[in-house]
Amino acid sequence: MRIHVDRTRCANHGQCVFAAPGVFSFDDDENLVYDPAPEATPAAEVARAAAACPVRAVTVEGGPA
Amino acid sequence: MSGGPSSIVVVGAGIAGLRTATALRDRGFAGRLVLIGNEPHAPYDRPPLSKEVLTGRLAPEAAALPVPADVEVRSGRAAVRLDRAARRVLLDDGSAQSYEGLVIATGATAVPWPGPTPAQGVLTLRGLDDAARLRAALAEGDPLLVVGGGFLGCEIASAAREAGAPVALVCRDRLPMRRTVGAEVGALVARLQTEAGVSLRTGVTVTGFSGSRRVTGVELSDGTRIRARTVVTALGARPATDWTRGSGLGTHSGGLRCDHRRRALDEEGRPVEGIVVVGDAAAAPHPLPYPGAPSHLVIGHWSGAVDHADTAAATLVGGPPPGPVPPPSFWSDQYGVRVRAVGLPGAADRVEVHEYDPERRRVEISQHRDGRTVGAVTVNRTSRLAAHRARIVAEHGEGVVVG
Repeated sequence: MRIHVDRTRCANHGQCVFAAPGVFSFDDDENLVYDPAPEATPAAEVARAAAACPVRAVTVEGGPA
Repeated sequence: MSGGPSSIVVVGAGIAGLRTATALRDRGFAGRLVLIGNEPHAPYDRPPLSKEVLTGRLAPEAAALPVPADVEVRSGRAAVRLDRAARRVLLDDGSAQSYEGLVIATGATAVPWPGPTPAQGVLTLRGLDDAARLRAALAEGDPLLVVGGGFLGCEIASAAREAGAPVALVCRDRLPMRRTVGAEVGALVARLQTEAGVSLRTGVTVTGFSGSRRVTGVELSDGTRIRARTVVTALGARPATDWTRGSGLGTHSGGLRCDHRRRALDEEGRPVEGIVVVGDAAAAPHPLPYPGAPSHLVIGHWSGAVDHADTAAATLVGGPPPGPVPPPSFWSDQYGVRVRAVGLPGAADRVEVHEYDPERRRVEISQHRDGRTVGAVTVNRTSRLAAHRARIVAEHGEGVVVG
């Protein structure tokens, strides 16, 4: 599974952080940080994070079958 | 999935209808899936209409949403009646669409001005065509008058200033957006608007319009007048459920009552099999019930439409249990400032101000009712929101929030 966040679209809605806190978070300067290849987080949780993004900044490729 | 519907009709092609259609396919529904939209456009996303589409930074076409390939989209057709006995939806071209499963996702319409207005120059903003008209008016550089100090009115004022138009904003309350996000954030929004050059008039109402054919201005309750060539009213939205009248479905505040599984309820409160309600058309069980709270609530947020889509799909076609339904969340972008909120901040009987720095445009406030966290609002501080949201879920019990 590969995660990509389009930072030109991201507007700090925080929905991905709510949905998959093990993958997405904010640093002290309000920048989104994320694990582009998480191993411990279920694919369904990452999919929910991508679907919840109001500006469709989060894309997910591949993942376990 | 044997025994499930072989055909599902989704009435309403906004985010709620589209996401529910997508969730149905994701759950393996292989039958006929029809999506009916009353606008002559392919499905699109509404939030940019009061922001980037108005300023011109985003072309209206860019608001289009991806539609799964195996969904039949019928655009420009409005549902006019629901015939539950015959399991069909009657459309405004005289045709009927039969269904086995029905998704009601007809959203909401702008509350109209409650009186006569001049024929030209008085607009509302709800759909793509509305946005195109308002954008064209802004492009002429004419003064804009916005009536309504809620999220939509404030965002329109922000976009219009960015587009270079002189703007006046009339707000009935003493502070804009106060009812939904509280006085502190309302005060910051008032400051943003004023600093951006908006003539903000609070605590007054519009009592009448002047202009015979084209609007020339408005009269206010304090006796003053404001001149304008374009007026946009942003008075809120109401569920677009008139077409279901007479079908025996129960309503609450104009929305169609549903249960936690999104099943429509009849007038006696009994679940109706085969019909689910999603998005702004729904009056769903109160997400954070406190003593005295209404049983059902109409919540017109983008995120709610998205959060409930899979629950509704699971109710119609089965499959694995849907994920937890989160508390409500919503946002507003104005003058580059990011207002983000969770829960029901307007329900508070007490607020905690964790940070309030208008100079740096940073706010973190949580809202509480009867000793429990019911909401949180941040401005340019989304990083602080997740912890409050977790408290809302923990203090209300997963059973209630998850449904």
